[in-house]
Amino acid sequence: MKFAVVVFPGSNCDRDMYFAAKDALGEEAELVWYQTANLSDYDAILLPGGFSYGDYLRTGAIASTSHIVKEIKQQAELGKPVLGVCNGFQILLEAGLLPGAMLRNKNLKFICHFEGLKVENKNTMFTSAYKDGEIISLPIAHGEGNYYCDEATLQKLKENNQIVFTYTNNPNGSISDIAGIVNQQGNVLGMMPHPERAVEQILGGTDGLKLFKSIVNNWREAHVTSA
Amino acid sequence: MKKVKIYITLKQGVLDPQGRAVQESLNTLGYSEVQQARVGKYMELLVDDNEEVEVKIEEMCSKLLANPVIEDYKYTIEEGVVQ
Repeated sequence: MKFAVVVFPGSNCDRDMYFAAKDALGEEAELVWYQTANLSDYDAILLPGGFSYGDYLRTGAIASTSHIVKEIKQQAELGKPVLGVCNGFQILLEAGLLPGAMLRNKNLKFICHFEGLKVENKNTMFTSAYKDGEIISLPIAHGEGNYYCDEATLQKLKENNQIVFTYTNNPNGSISDIAGIVNQQGNVLGMMPHPERAVEQILGGTDGLKLFKSIVNNWREAHVTSA
Repeated sequence: MKKVKIYITLKQGVLDPQGRAVQESLNTLGYSEVQQARVGKYMELLVDDNEEVEVKIEEMCSKLLANPVIEDYKYTIEEGVVQ
């Protein structure tokens, strides 16, 4: 399976994402510069964390207007897995690939530590290797991770089981403790915590690895016929 | 040229922790009359003369300059501005 890690000016978790896909997972992965990439050759698209365009205007807002985001939309419509972590999540929100928006953390601080998460929906291509309701621990590192949406959108997210991860001890003020959501089709996941930073014991935990394994397992089931 | 002045604020009902910190600081300085502060953004655009300017500005605001999920915007357009 071949992963694309999209690099924007200001991305700074791109190497971690690349490492997770290439070394921890053992799959093919390439770092692709946002201006030159052709995404049709890849099986999955990873949007890393960081501070694209220095967070100018709003987090993710400037990156969301780049041409590659149009391409990401096309690939997402084809059903390919798209994972946006942290700034990647913010870009997906600004691009309208996921509903809602990000606000400053409730305490106005940049928060950076391991946080407990509950797997609310294991029936996605990103979470099938987890147990239902499993409590996991992943690092968070953000100043604007306070997820917000209006009441009608929240109801829809709940009805369609689009809330994938919630915080066990809400660190940033997110509505309904939301840490990660998928789109209605289930192939675009945005989350603030960093699974790519928890793929080896030496990094402090391996709870993020199952997310990447889920992507690969589901892709293999759909695309590789057993001999 | 036209000068467009755009004011962007968080929607009423959307929590504004920055505004709250500003309000508390003003209170600390002794301005106890300040009951609320909301922090927003101000932008100026110089735009070529064009009959559709208002339609275009409306588009720019909703597509990029403001995020309609959390923000409101308003703007004024000044005619005949010399650069």
